Formats: sequence, C-alpha cells, structure tokens
Amino acid sequence: MPIDMDSAKEEIMAFLEKKTGAKSKFYFNDFTKLFPDAKGREVKKVLTALVKEEKVEYWSSGSTTMYGMTGAGKQGGAEHED
Amino acid sequence: MAKHKTPLLDELESGPWPSFVSDVKQEAEVRAKNEKGVEYQIPVEVCEDLLGVLELSYNDGETHWKHGGIVGVFGYGGGVIGRYCDQPEMFPGVAHFHTVRVAQPTAKYYTTEFLNKIIDIWDMRGSGLTNMHGSTGDIVFLGTTTPQLEEVFYELTHDADVDLGGSGSNLRTPAACLGMSRCEYACYDAQALCYDMTMEFQDELHRPAFPYKFKFKFDACPNSCVCALARSDFSVVGIWKDEIRIDQEAVAAYVGGEFKPNAGAHSGRDWGAFDIQKEVVDLCPGKCIKYADGKLEINDKECMHCMHCINTMPRALMIGNDRGASILCGAKAPILDGPQLSSLLVPFIKVEEPFDEIKEVVENIWDWWMEEGKNRERLGETMRRMGFQKLLEVTGIKADPRHVQEPRHNPYIFWKAEDVDGPWERDVNEYRKRHQR
Repeated sequence: MPIDMDSAKEEIMAFLEKKTGAKSKFYFNDFTKLFPDAKGREVKKVLTALVKEEKVEYWSSGSTTMYGMTGAGKQGGAEHED
Repeated sequence: MAKHKTPLLDELESGPWPSFVSDVKQEAEVRAKNEKGVEYQIPVEVCEDLLGVLELSYNDGETHWKHGGIVGVFGYGGGVIGRYCDQPEMFPGVAHFHTVRVAQPTAKYYTTEFLNKIIDIWDMRGSGLTNMHGSTGDIVFLGTTTPQLEEVFYELTHDADVDLGGSGSNLRTPAACLGMSRCEYACYDAQALCYDMTMEFQDELHRPAFPYKFKFKFDACPNSCVCALARSDFSVVGIWKDEIRIDQEAVAAYVGGEFKPNAGAHSGRDWGAFDIQKEVVDLCPGKCIKYADGKLEINDKECMHCMHCINTMPRALMIGNDRGASILCGAKAPILDGPQLSSLLVPFIKVEEPFDEIKEVVENIWDWWMEEGKNRERLGETMRRMGFQKLLEVTGIKADPRHVQEPRHNPYIFWKAEDVDGPWERDVNEYRKRHQR
C-alpha cells in the first residue's frame, strides 16, 4: 500500500523526537518498521525528502550509514560543526 | 626542518620498498615551498601534522583518529567519510581530515588533463594526498576540512565532470575490467554495463538505504581481472556456452616452438621446450582436453571455463561465439563467518542493452535483502542465514545442478507442493490394500 508522504514525514519526525535523548542515530530498518506495509524504497523516499528539508541528517562511519534528527546527539558539538 | 620529529616513521623509509612516509614528506615540502603559488584553503602544514599524529600513535600504541560523522555534501549520504584528530591543538593541520571518494572512470581510463584537473582541485582544497585507488576502485582524496567539502564537490562535478563515489550503506562505486576496449576475451561489454548500471542506480549510490554496503563488479571473462566473484555482492562474469574455437595450425605452431606460450610471459628464465601435454592437457581441471596425432580436441561439455588453455595458447584457442555472462552473488571480506566467494545464481544470461534482465535480478535481490537483511549484514551473510533456496525463490530462478556448490554436503532439498507434480491426496484404503499395518 503506498504511503502518504506528509503523514509519513510526521510519523518519522514524531518517532525521532520521542527517541531523542536515549538514542540519536537510527538504522534504516528502524524506519521501515514504522511502515510495515510499505516497501523499503517508499520509506527511503520519505527520508530523502526529510534530508532535503534539513530535518534529518545522515551519519556515516564510512562502512555503515545511520539517520538522525538534524543537530541531535553529541556529534555536531563534538566535531565543532555548530 | 620537519615540524615534528618522526624517528619511528623514518624507519619505514629504510627498507628496499617505496614508503608512503617519503611520499607524505615530499608533499609536505612541496606545500611549504608552494612554487606554483596555490591559494591553499586548508592549513599548509597538513602533511607535517599527519606525520606527527602518526608518530604519536606509534609511540602510544593507539589511534588518535575519530572516525565517522555527519559530514557530507548536501543530499548525498555517501562519498565523504568524516575523520577528526583527537589532539587538534597539537596537530591543527589535521583537526579535520575527511576522506572524499571520487568515482573512478570505468576501467580507470583517464586523460592527463582530467588527472591534472582533479589534482589542482585537491592541492588547493585538500591535503594533496591521494590514494590511487581505494579497494573499491575509487580515487580517494585523503584529508580536508568541513568547509571545503561542498567546494570540492562543486568543482569536481562542474569542472571535472565527475561524481562522488559510494560509501556507507550504499551501492558502492561499480567497477569493471578493461573489457572490449582492449581485450579479445571479453564476452560482453563490461564497461557499457558498468556505466549503465551506475547511471540507473544513482539513487542507491548516493542515498543509503541498505542494511550494509553493496558492490557490483563486472568481469568480461573468467580471467576475472577485477576479481568480481571474490570482491562483490553481485558479480557479473563473462562466459560463453558453445565451443572453444580451435585453430589446429596455430596449435601445431605452439607445439613446434614457433609461438611462445602465454604470449611470451614468464620468459624471465628458460622453462625448456613447450610441452602441450604437461602445460595444457594435464592441467585442465575438467580433464576435457585431448592431444593426439597432432590434433587438439576439447570436450566442451566438461569445460569449466577456467581459461588456462586459452591463456597458454591465445593464438590457437579462442572463446566461443555464443557469449553472455554468469551472475554470482554474495562475496564478502571477513567480519562475520570469514571471507566468502560468490555463489552462482544465473548460469547464463545474454548481456544486451538496455540490460533489463540483469537489472530485474538486482532489484529482486535488493527488495528481499532490504526487508530481511539484519543491520550490517552483507548479502552473502543473509544468503547463508536464510539459505540459497530463498534467494532462488525471491529472484524467481529455477534450481539448477550448476547451483550445487558441494555435492552431498547437504542432501535435503525442501520442495514445496506447488513445485512438484502431485497427486498429494491419497486414498488410505487403496494404500492399505498394498501395505499392511
């Protein structure tokens, strides 16, 4: 079942806001679990749109990539990126 | 006078082999003199400080790098790998030392003009240090600061017409052998397929959504110059399915010593006269070559396509005419369960533009792996965990004897009712007429 872009964005942001504090970076799979009936590629489109809106940012170790809410967690400050 | 004393690193220069320490020192000197008048956008002492932090790590026996981060170029989830020094006051030149991966041109053909262009960008906006090439094949730029990332990206894409490569949980920069551009063994146009797949899957290359990395590699023949079946999750290896073409006159010329075997390679010492029995026939893994009465015969049905006979006598033997490729899946380096070679999935497929059949196989695999793969699990690991049979099911490929990797290793195949002709209903009374209780 295709997912609605706007409501999916809200759901992802609500998930990130709720979790932030305990954890600030999430695997892609954590988001697909929010939309069990949707294909992974549809979820990816929503996340890509959120990255474009600068609400979500990537974190990469070089081998693995995670997603987080922009500015959340220690990373920004620790890297003097603020 | 060097900024930091590096007695331990200096030791690395004392051996007979080339040393990266000498290279870094040379670049440090070039930057300090700046004879070209480059307007350096990152600290001039970056190379000096790189040597300094490395010496400190050798002394301390631990790293002073912090790896990974949020840095990147806007909209891209790969191509940049954050790196920071945990002693920025001591080594300000490498406080930020990010890596930028640049997609290599297919088969690594480039002009000096292109190389000059990208090196000019990197001399000005980075350390000037490169790794030609990284394991995946990318041109790797080593060390720049965060504010330079977008600048480097803009200039690479606008002035040098080249894109960033893949990193993280992305499709990695695809790689191909020289293929038809130079090689008469090419069974398909590896460069065309590599380029087409790179363009087709741009989103997968730049916006990560996989459980872990995913690599395509394209070898145009089983000589495997890019070693696809050992280095990639999805290996496409050129192959033919008809007969090896034999020129009996040329065979006689090899036997008579007129042509040098292996096209004259291994000529550093005298190996004696060419012995076709010992050097070709006896070494055939399929035991399918016979040489008698001056005639070479090949039982092609038993041929394993190892390429040995063709490589040894290239003027006498040629690949067949019915050409295509085999697709193999699941190679990976260690981490979980040790290293793994690819397993054959599609024994033979025609490789023709627009390559839709191959793309369909890839997309089916991705749909399954994205759904079932655990975080940080390579395709080869998912295949082992869930079984090769599952991979056949999701790709819609019928089981084939050529899929058997190790005969008698595991004889149990679980057929589904719909895969096998019935009948599945039985009349117990009829059965009891023939079988006592």
